[in-house]
Amino acid sequence: MKLKLLNPGLEDRILSHDELERLEVEEAGDRPKWDNKAQYMLTCVGFCVGLGNVWRFPYLCQSHGGGAFMIPFLILLVFEGIPLLHLEFAIGQRLRKGSVGVWRTINPYMLGVGIASMCVSFLVSLYYNTIIAWVMWYFFNSFQEPLPWSQCPINANRTGLVSECERSSPVDYFWYRETLNTSVAIDETGGLQWWMILCLISAWGVLYVCCIRGIETTGKAVYVTSTLPYVVLTIFLIRGLTLKGSVDGIKFLFTPDLNELANPSTWLDAGAQVFYSFSLAFGGLISFSSYNSVHNNCEQDAVIISIINAFTSIYAATVIYSIIGFRATERFDDCLSGNILTLLNTFDLPEGNITQSNYQEVLHSLNSTNPDIISNLHLKTCDLNSFLSEGVEGTGLAFIVFTEAITKMPLSPLWSVLFFIMLFCLGLSSMFGNIEGVLVPLQDLKVFPKSWPKEVISGVTCLVCCLVGLIFVQGSGNYWLALFDSFAGSIPLLIVAFSEMIGVVYVYGIDRFNEDMIFMIGHKPNIFWQATWRVISPLIMLAIFIFYFSTIVTKEIFYIAWDPESENFPTLEKKPYPSWIYVIIFLLAGIPSLSVPGTAVFRAIREYCCKKHPSAPFQMKLLIIISI
Amino acid sequence: MLAGVLLLIFLPPLVAKDLCKDSQDGFKVRLSIKTALGDDAYEWNESEMFLFRSTLAYAMRKQTKQDTYNITNILVCNDTQRVSFVFVVTSPDDPDQLIPKEQIEQAVRQNKHRINNAFLLSDMTLEFVGIPPTLAAPIIYDTEPWLIVFGVVIGAVAVGIVALLMSTVSKKRRAKEKAAGLSEEDEGIVKENGTALSGLGGKEGVYNQTFSNDNRFTEL
Repeated sequence: MKLKLLNPGLEDRILSHDELERLEVEEAGDRPKWDNKAQYMLTCVGFCVGLGNVWRFPYLCQSHGGGAFMIPFLILLVFEGIPLLHLEFAIGQRLRKGSVGVWRTINPYMLGVGIASMCVSFLVSLYYNTIIAWVMWYFFNSFQEPLPWSQCPINANRTGLVSECERSSPVDYFWYRETLNTSVAIDETGGLQWWMILCLISAWGVLYVCCIRGIETTGKAVYVTSTLPYVVLTIFLIRGLTLKGSVDGIKFLFTPDLNELANPSTWLDAGAQVFYSFSLAFGGLISFSSYNSVHNNCEQDAVIISIINAFTSIYAATVIYSIIGFRATERFDDCLSGNILTLLNTFDLPEGNITQSNYQEVLHSLNSTNPDIISNLHLKTCDLNSFLSEGVEGTGLAFIVFTEAITKMPLSPLWSVLFFIMLFCLGLSSMFGNIEGVLVPLQDLKVFPKSWPKEVISGVTCLVCCLVGLIFVQGSGNYWLALFDSFAGSIPLLIVAFSEMIGVVYVYGIDRFNEDMIFMIGHKPNIFWQATWRVISPLIMLAIFIFYFSTIVTKEIFYIAWDPESENFPTLEKKPYPSWIYVIIFLLAGIPSLSVPGTAVFRAIREYCCKKHPSAPFQMKLLIIISI
Repeated sequence: MLAGVLLLIFLPPLVAKDLCKDSQDGFKVRLSIKTALGDDAYEWNESEMFLFRSTLAYAMRKQTKQDTYNITNILVCNDTQRVSFVFVVTSPDDPDQLIPKEQIEQAVRQNKHRINNAFLLSDMTLEFVGIPPTLAAPIIYDTEPWLIVFGVVIGAVAVGIVALLMSTVSKKRRAKEKAAGLSEEDEGIVKENGTALSGLGGKEGVYNQTFSNDNRFTEL
């Protein structure tokens, strides 16, 4: 029943077990190594735990039935996340190469998988570091009291507040106008924003310092960047629980709604979240694991890292929602106080006559006596649940909702600094993995001359990425970033992950892989691993890919823009993409995806052409030498 | 006669009330004492009203620079439980003539800070309906604080990069010197002996026991 594809010459390309043992004992070979196991674990944890754990998972959890979302999340974690993670660790540790090297070794026709990983890592690095630049901008601005996003600025003639800010809110204004200076549509560039360029340079500068010598330097940096987020999350949890309304937020998050389990999009979102949260198919994990000793227990590592990742998601969700609960309660209280004040003023009732507890009855009695006055007042409806479910994912969560919550807490600059340091560390540790997924394939593909030292290679790469990343600091940069996020980092990764599983199980051969596992960790992987690697995980990947692809292709895609002149301002306006964007989308998603089959085809053509042409002189020489 | 005296006594307040109620030059005032002070809130009574009228008279004095304004020039009506009322200001020279709205507004705006402080209230809790609060001046920094933090971070990054590059360069230089030193030693030996000792692996050569000095058996 075992399917195995033909793979001639595999033996020649890989190191045999004896050679590996000798390498291990003699500590020969010029491959870098981890100083200790802790560095490796912290680097992998840092790569996996990123901004998505903080601002994507809590939103998914709350919008897909709260506590009930744990069920699909944990099921897919076990059947999709852990097997893929174990696979990447094991293959990297066995073949001791980066992603391009591994796929070239398994079969030269599978080189496309490595190249696709590299392309995706490159595209994701570009926009991910821009998000870090935004985080740094907020961090730089946190060292003042009052925080600049806590109040609207005054307009030029000192007569009132700036109109755009007055109509929306100080946090919205600070984010859209003073940080991004967004244009109204993606085709209007709006020019480069100089302050953002400075932040982008500092983000790439910090990354360069940490990656300058590969894992030699990142291995030291992760001691801080991987552990600090947990410290800050704990501080925020303690602070959050002492604030009013935080428990409401946590309850709202975890209240289970089992009906959501019947909704297929819940399972799709859970699968996608598990997949992207583990940073699989970027190639970085294969690289990191290739620096391990051959007998490292990758099975244990995979399980531990998966558990840490899941725990971090849930922990971060709790913290985030405790603060969101506080903010929603504050907003609710403000809304209700505003209404009460209006009623008091209109009817000249003494203060304290209407409180939160008797508001409804008083309103009711006033409505029955003076309905026309009440209707003229246009009282706002105050609903705690609607405040709790206000758009709380992605950059909106970090830069609008959370910053607003921070301004309402005493000692706001301190909390702001802590929060943005945490986001910075989360993002930076993920960037280490992304950059590894770009640098190591570049070295394997021999793009740079061998004489160039590592420092220069990483410097050139960072410089090129920084220059290309200038797309994201123009006026329309936010829209470009959303575009890249939706298309560059989604479909190609699913294709690469699927190809990885097929490649290892069927091209490399599950039998050979099992033997390698016996050599490396001492025992054959049990029936769970066999079943998931061979059948279950590839099927899940295929299902997610088909769903994703069909939703993207069938739905009309549009983006949401900040347009002060739109009717529904301050609600973001949905705009369709201009037609030339479809070309860009095809380039972003198409080039990495098509390089998987494309490289195979290209190679096949080259082989065919070469066979026809005489490599005959060489063959003739060989014949001559042999005959002599 | 008695009727005339009574009329004289009661007329001014009646006239005053009419001046206040029907006037266009009055301002409505609203106080939210409980909101501002919570448990420390004081009760609004005649004495507080007296204080209010005197602060307004003070504001008019300051603005017009006439010391003739008195508490009798401030007329109040439409008292409510909300703690809101309407007031008008009469001219000190002629009790029947009202000071125009614009002048009162100016007086209040210039002295709002003092009026607020007299009542331990703020612009939000002591409202003059129709007079918007003056906005605080924006804080102007010499150097924006974010530029300072940015400078610190970018300085640290630059120092880090330079330090790491220098350490790499010096490591390479040391390795080169060692290698250069080794090759010199090799060359020297070759020159002296005329044999190709470069063929030997390692700088120490092979220990030839024939010429050793530590012969265990021939100790004299």
